Parts: sequence; C-alpha cells; structure tokens
Amino acid sequence: MLTTFYIASAIAVVSTIMVITRHNLIHALMYLVVSFLAIAVVFYLLGASFIAALEVIVYAGAIVVLIIFVIMMLNLRAESVDEEKEWMKGGILIGPSVLAIVLLVELFYIISNVGMTGVEYHDLDAKAVGLSLYGPYVIGVELSGILLMSGIVGAYHLGRQKKKIVHRFLEKVEE
Amino acid sequence: MEKHTIPVEAGLLLAGTLFMLGLLSVLIRRNIIFMLISVEIMLNAAGLAFIVAGARWAQADGQVMFVFILTMAAAEVSVGLALILQIYHQLKTLDSDAANKMKG
Repeated sequence: MLTTFYIASAIAVVSTIMVITRHNLIHALMYLVVSFLAIAVVFYLLGASFIAALEVIVYAGAIVVLIIFVIMMLNLRAESVDEEKEWMKGGILIGPSVLAIVLLVELFYIISNVGMTGVEYHDLDAKAVGLSLYGPYVIGVELSGILLMSGIVGAYHLGRQKKKIVHRFLEKVEE
Repeated sequence: MEKHTIPVEAGLLLAGTLFMLGLLSVLIRRNIIFMLISVEIMLNAAGLAFIVAGARWAQADGQVMFVFILTMAAAEVSVGLALILQIYHQLKTLDSDAANKMKG
C-alpha cells in the first residue's frame, strides 16, 4: 500500500510539473486532470473515500470542463501558443524557481526532522463526514450557501455581454 | 482494505511540493487562464494537507474543511472565468500585463 501511495504521489508531482510548463492550454488541462486523479488515489489511500469521489467529480469533472468551455468560447487563435512561448522565454523562470526550490528544501528539512508518527488507515466514510458537517459545522454550510449564491450572481453579472447596435445615426451601447 | 501505515511526513511533503509548483506557476506565467489553473493547484494542495492531518487523528474535521475548500474553489473559478471573458472581450488578449490601466 505504501508503494501505491508513492507511485500516485510521483504521478501527481510529475503531471503538475507538466501543467506548469505547457504552452498549449488544452494540453495543460489534460495533465491537470491526471494530477487530480492521482491526488484522488492518495485521498483514497488515506481513508477519505468520499473526498476521493468528490475530487474526481468536482475538480476533474466540473471545474476543468468549465475552464475548457471558456477556452472554447474565447476562440483563441493558433498564434496564442507562439505568444505563450514568447512570454515564457528568457530568464523570468530562473529567479522565482530558485527561490521557491530553496524554500521547498527548507520545508523538507524541517518536516523530516520533526519525527511524526504514521497515519493508521481508518476508513472515514461519508456518514462520518455528514454527521460532522451538519453537526458542529452547520454554520459553515450556511456560509457556503451564501458564498455560492453570491458566486452565481457575480458570474452572471460579470459575464453578461453588452449588446452593441452599429448604425450610422443610432450608434449607442444598449444594456 | 487491510491496515497499512502511511508516513505523515510524506503526505505533508507532497502537499508542500504541489503548493510550491502552483505558486511558481503564478509567479512565472503571464497568461491569466494559466494563473487561474495555478490557483486551483494551490487550493487542492492545501486541501490535501487538511486531509492528511484529519487522517492522522482519525477525525472527520479535515474532510469537512476539504468540502469547504471545494465550495470556495468552485465559486472562485466561476467568477474568475467571467472576469477573464470580460478582459478578453475588452483587451483582445490574455496577457495579464495588458490590464494594468483603469480606463473606467
């Protein structure tokens, strides 16, 4: 089981590296799906089977498909890949990469020196999560409802296109 | 499934590595859709840390926190994509540097 965990972790890290180095958006999103699926395997091995299902349905299913739909709506030109290559060129990669990798090595050093115990496998199923969610965390559920409502209203308001009427005399922007 | 033990350090280091990759991508990219994807990667890594901690103490609280993070990520990506649509229609580019002037 430990081997499975390490293989899934390696796939998650490698596919995430592929996501952040691609020039084509659709290729990056496909690697992102692989990364989410590998993390779902990790969740299952940690005993969070319900969360593993949610990860596949919501992250790999809904959010990635939403981004793909928006890319289809934008109708990007073929030159956008070359444009992306142009933006990624040069030394802009080096500074942030070195600093972030130094921080990561420090994190490795700190965490590996603390000496923690292992995670025993306990299957925490959807019933345990639901009992906790609608028991002590019910205020969080209500706040999530308000957040989703404002998200829907905000997305509708921001995404609305203004209809433009082009005419010699009647040039105006209609709401 | 039989009993097995996964080291907590390995889970936390995986979460840290994924978060670092997302942060790095936010820093080096200029395409705003790539920046949104990187924020998703970072949120997912934070959720992974919550799940590892919840599994360590065999409590459901970590999973509850992941559900809240998931809700927040869904709301954030919908509003973010609507903003990206508006920026693309007004500026005709996905370059985040192009949106540095407020024209009202």
